[in-house]
Amino acid sequence: MNLDILWYLVPSVIMFCCGVYGFVTRKNMIAMLVSLELMLNSADLNFAIFNRFLFPDKMEGMVFTLFAIAIAAAETAVAIAIIINIYRSIGSTEIVETNKMKH
Amino acid sequence: MFGNILIWFVIIPVLMMAGLGVCRNSSMAAIRAVMVIGSTILLALAIWLCVDFLALRGAGVDDEMLFTGSWMWYAPLNIHLAVGVDGISVLMLLLSAVIVFAGTFASWKINPLPKNFFLWFALLSTGVFGFFISIDMFTMFMFYEVALIPMYLLIGVWGTGRKEYSAMKLTLMLMGGSAFLMLGLLGIYWHSAPAGGELTWNILEIARNNAVDPSWQNLLFCFTFVGFGVLGAMFPFHTWSPDGHACAPTAVSMLHAGVLMKLGGYGCFRIAIYLLPAAANELAWIFIILTGISVVYGAFSACVQTDLKYINAYSSVSHCGMVLFALLMLNQTAMTGAILQMLSHGLMTALFFALIGMIYGRTHTRDIREMGGLMQIMPYLGVCYMIAGFASLGLPGLSGFVAEMTIFFGAWEDADMFHRAFVVAATCSIVITAVYILRVVGKLLLGKVHDEHHLQLTDATWFERFSTVTLIVCIAGIGFFPNWINETIQHSFLPIIHALQNAI
Amino acid sequence: MGITLPILILAMPFFMFLLLGLGGVKMSRKVAGVLGILGMGTTMTLAYIVAFTYFFSGDAAFIIDGVRQQFQVFDVTWLAFTERLVVKIGFLLDPISAMMLVVITTISFMVHLYSWGYMESERGFQRYYAFLNLFSFSMLGLVVATNIFQMYIFWELVGVSSFLLIGFFYRLPSAVSASKKAFIVTRFADLGFLLGILTLTFFTDTFNFVDMTSNPMNVLAQTGGATFMGASVLTWAMVLIFTGGMGKSAMLPLHIWLPDAMEGPTPVSALIHAATMVVAGVYLVARMFPVYCVVEASMTFITVVGAITAFYAAVVACTQIDIKRVLAFSTISQIAFMMVSLGVARDGMPGGEHYSGLGYMAGMFHLFTHAMFKALLFLGAGALIHAVHSNDYTKMGGLRKYMPITHWTFLIGCLAIAGIPPFSGFFSKDEMLAAMFNNNWIWGAWMTMVAGLTAFYMFRLYFLIFWWEENPNYKHHRPHDAPWQMSLPLIILAAVSVVAGFIPFGELVTWNGVSYHIHLEAPVAVTSIIVALCAIALAAKMYMRKNTLPEKFRKAMPGLWTAAHHRFYWDELYIFITHKIIFGIICSAIAWFDRHVIDATMDGFAKVTQKVSFAIRGLQGGNVQAYVLWYFFGAVALALITWICLL
Repeated sequence: MNLDILWYLVPSVIMFCCGVYGFVTRKNMIAMLVSLELMLNSADLNFAIFNRFLFPDKMEGMVFTLFAIAIAAAETAVAIAIIINIYRSIGSTEIVETNKMKH
Repeated sequence: MFGNILIWFVIIPVLMMAGLGVCRNSSMAAIRAVMVIGSTILLALAIWLCVDFLALRGAGVDDEMLFTGSWMWYAPLNIHLAVGVDGISVLMLLLSAVIVFAGTFASWKINPLPKNFFLWFALLSTGVFGFFISIDMFTMFMFYEVALIPMYLLIGVWGTGRKEYSAMKLTLMLMGGSAFLMLGLLGIYWHSAPAGGELTWNILEIARNNAVDPSWQNLLFCFTFVGFGVLGAMFPFHTWSPDGHACAPTAVSMLHAGVLMKLGGYGCFRIAIYLLPAAANELAWIFIILTGISVVYGAFSACVQTDLKYINAYSSVSHCGMVLFALLMLNQTAMTGAILQMLSHGLMTALFFALIGMIYGRTHTRDIREMGGLMQIMPYLGVCYMIAGFASLGLPGLSGFVAEMTIFFGAWEDADMFHRAFVVAATCSIVITAVYILRVVGKLLLGKVHDEHHLQLTDATWFERFSTVTLIVCIAGIGFFPNWINETIQHSFLPIIHALQNAI
Repeated sequence: MGITLPILILAMPFFMFLLLGLGGVKMSRKVAGVLGILGMGTTMTLAYIVAFTYFFSGDAAFIIDGVRQQFQVFDVTWLAFTERLVVKIGFLLDPISAMMLVVITTISFMVHLYSWGYMESERGFQRYYAFLNLFSFSMLGLVVATNIFQMYIFWELVGVSSFLLIGFFYRLPSAVSASKKAFIVTRFADLGFLLGILTLTFFTDTFNFVDMTSNPMNVLAQTGGATFMGASVLTWAMVLIFTGGMGKSAMLPLHIWLPDAMEGPTPVSALIHAATMVVAGVYLVARMFPVYCVVEASMTFITVVGAITAFYAAVVACTQIDIKRVLAFSTISQIAFMMVSLGVARDGMPGGEHYSGLGYMAGMFHLFTHAMFKALLFLGAGALIHAVHSNDYTKMGGLRKYMPITHWTFLIGCLAIAGIPPFSGFFSKDEMLAAMFNNNWIWGAWMTMVAGLTAFYMFRLYFLIFWWEENPNYKHHRPHDAPWQMSLPLIILAAVSVVAGFIPFGELVTWNGVSYHIHLEAPVAVTSIIVALCAIALAAKMYMRKNTLPEKFRKAMPGLWTAAHHRFYWDELYIFITHKIIFGIICSAIAWFDRHVIDATMDGFAKVTQKVSFAIRGLQGGNVQAYVLWYFFGAVALALITWICLL
């Protein structure tokens, strides 16, 4: 049983770490957003996994996952809108160049 | 609630702020009208309160506090808006009202943004009045903070010289003081019900129960005394005073030195000494040393300053040090003297700062080396300055003498060597005071005119005369007829003296 | 006696002060002058009525069985320090206060009148009269004080009126610094006075003079034999109180303000710095006399201080050029004379009852006569200055032909102060010397020598002004006698100086109220007359005609002469102490310490906070990726810690 859950968790962790790595290293905001989604999805996956293996007779984790996906979609929409606007105003989506508010 | 006369001392400044809120910055007449009406009502109210109070006392009402009222404000922490006054608070309210009144006239031509200036000014007075009417530690502390915050803007915006630096320094040091104070007050609050039951912020209740555990008193005494002592310019926490006063606009200096510094002294005996009498008996010597240093140190420092406001600020350190010094003698006469000194110092420093502001407004310098012979050019201001100086160096017939003598005679009652030595040192300050006052008078007013451009300057205008005359009348009033004030104060100290004696 | 007159005596000058001070600007000179003179005249009349009622009415309130009583006309509470120590303002009528009422109002009136002429062309004429009235008020309040604290109050007030009047010509830097000096020196002395009062009243529990002096042994008992640094507390208290008197009466070493005070207008010098305020110290000792009597050490102290001062001032007076300074030092010397006289008097003297209070009576007598003739001399000096526009005798000489009234009145003054019969100074000085000889022949001999010096320097002054050699400047500017407002007071005072010695003073003013008969001590009188005459003869020989004798004397003792001319460098010493040590070292050091240590510490807290913030602000660079990295490591670290803890 424990071995079983590991088969699901390990890919999720790998996915999360990829997301972290991508978020930290990439300079392009779109790429960062993609990495963010990776992390989010790995978290969603975890919800589903734990629900399935720990509380098989409950559905809360699954429902929560669905909510999270919906919210992530909305958030992505907002983020992309912001990125597009930034691109329009400074002609770049590089994260290091979005420092106008600092000065 | 509105039937209580005391609450109006807070409501009227708030109404003044509302009135100012609808004025525009350009309509100076409207702003002045609001301020003059408001401050006159406050003054009248204070006089009325005083008369009423004396009448009640005369009729034999000898409750500790009169005109009391208490309204629940925040039940979970048992915070009330509790008000009440004894003779000392009445006099302090009167002092504040006089200085607000005089300050209004002294800043008749404030520029720029007169509306905003007076808004903050009114907020400051709200805090001051609120502080003196409160007998609930929490609201007291709140009003204390309300009085402190506007200082920052008043100095930072309308000040002169290194105003941002000074405003920041003043605010931060006083805030540091209030951090200590908050700790102390919380400590008293947590110990206010030793036998179980509801914790309280009410000063009278705490004092009545003699609540605070003696083992905690020493720590809390240090916190509260230092907290208030910072505002009372106690050595070595006084350095905000010279810089702050030097940069503050006239009316703010007046209110600050005249009233705000009194909050420190008032808090010291109303909270630190009254609620923590055992610690007061035990630790007084430490603070006697510190305040004794303040007295002499401030006076010596004032001797070599060249900026008029610095001289006055250091002189305030000396005089306010005398207030705390006298309070720490823990006997009725000396403490009465401390209150007299608060009144006297409040009035004469306000007068000093008003005059310095007026002189600065004309000569655009405060450096005594760049001025001289002003007596010939502006005799009215010169004479007023001399009167203020004489009050400061303790000329009989003016308020300073009465206060100092009461302090010395009170302080002399402690017959041990330690007290005597410090009292002798403190008495020396009256000579040093004479030295620096005469030095300023000699350089500034007398002698030859230093700068020929000054010859075109004019003497005081009507509103300046009005402002100064108000203060001089009060100073001379105390100087000539001190006894009724003395009696009012002495009676109010009885509970504190009892608390101290019971704690030995 | 009703309280109306006494209250009016105090109220009148105060009212005139307020009237002239507040309304003076709107008045013409003439109105202000007339008002001032009328006001003072009224006060003088009232004071005379009160004094004569006291001395001669024979009312039981004032005299019982030949013993003059101390009578408190009124005594109202002014300020209650404690239940026991209550400051009152009152009006005490006793022999010395009644005498002082007469002295003060008389001189003050003369000065008011005189000033009308002398100050006519000065700016601030109205202000001047206001200040004169303030001074008169304060001085009257001082002498009628019922308690020592009231005296202290008015003591301070006379100090400030003296300050205002010395600095009357406030445009002159010298006048400003002189007034400052006078105030600060006396203030310093008053500190001693205050401490003395504190110490004394701590034990006596009363400020009242009558309570203390009527039973001095009780005061001694109340101190309970407490001692401090080897001396009894009562000695300390009385010596400290006397310090106040040393300041006001310009005793060594607090005398330095008085010569400089001559910067003030001359009539002011006559009123304040010759006749009234400067004798406040003597008056104080006289007031507390019975208490001083029980403290032997303090009496010795007074005597020694007086004797040294008298000699010092007399020596210095011989070398001054400024005529007002000569008179100033002469005043110091004469006041010291009174001090010695008080100091040698006490209970239980050899020679019986008569002698025990003789010094006291003689001191008061001399105070009275001295006030008259010294005021006369000062006013005469004023007339001279008015005529030649200089204070230096080098600008004078040979003036007797030009200013006969001044000359004769001045001569009378000189004869009086030199102690030549039948002028008033002779009688009072003779009594004083008798008292001193009676105490100890050393005091007597010493003070007789001082009396000789007095005669010498006064006649030196007289001859240099009125004889010597005519100043060539007179051809351009012919000096003449002063107008009537100034001459009249001179003549009146001269007349008083001639006859005042015949007043039966011993009948009126004694320490215990019991009158006694003054009789001349023939040996003492003869000695002092001979000494005085010799001194005058010497002065005449040296200064009557222009000659080189003075120059030879100066050459013979160059060091002594220069030192005396520079008043034995007391001023330099004080300037060194105040400017170099107090201002230059103590004050500057404290101010430096305040800015660079205390304030720097406070600023230091702010600076450290600021520095630390700057140092760590890179962590919050706005780079989200960096935040995430930190967050990630943090999460990992937390997870590790949790794991380790759980293991």
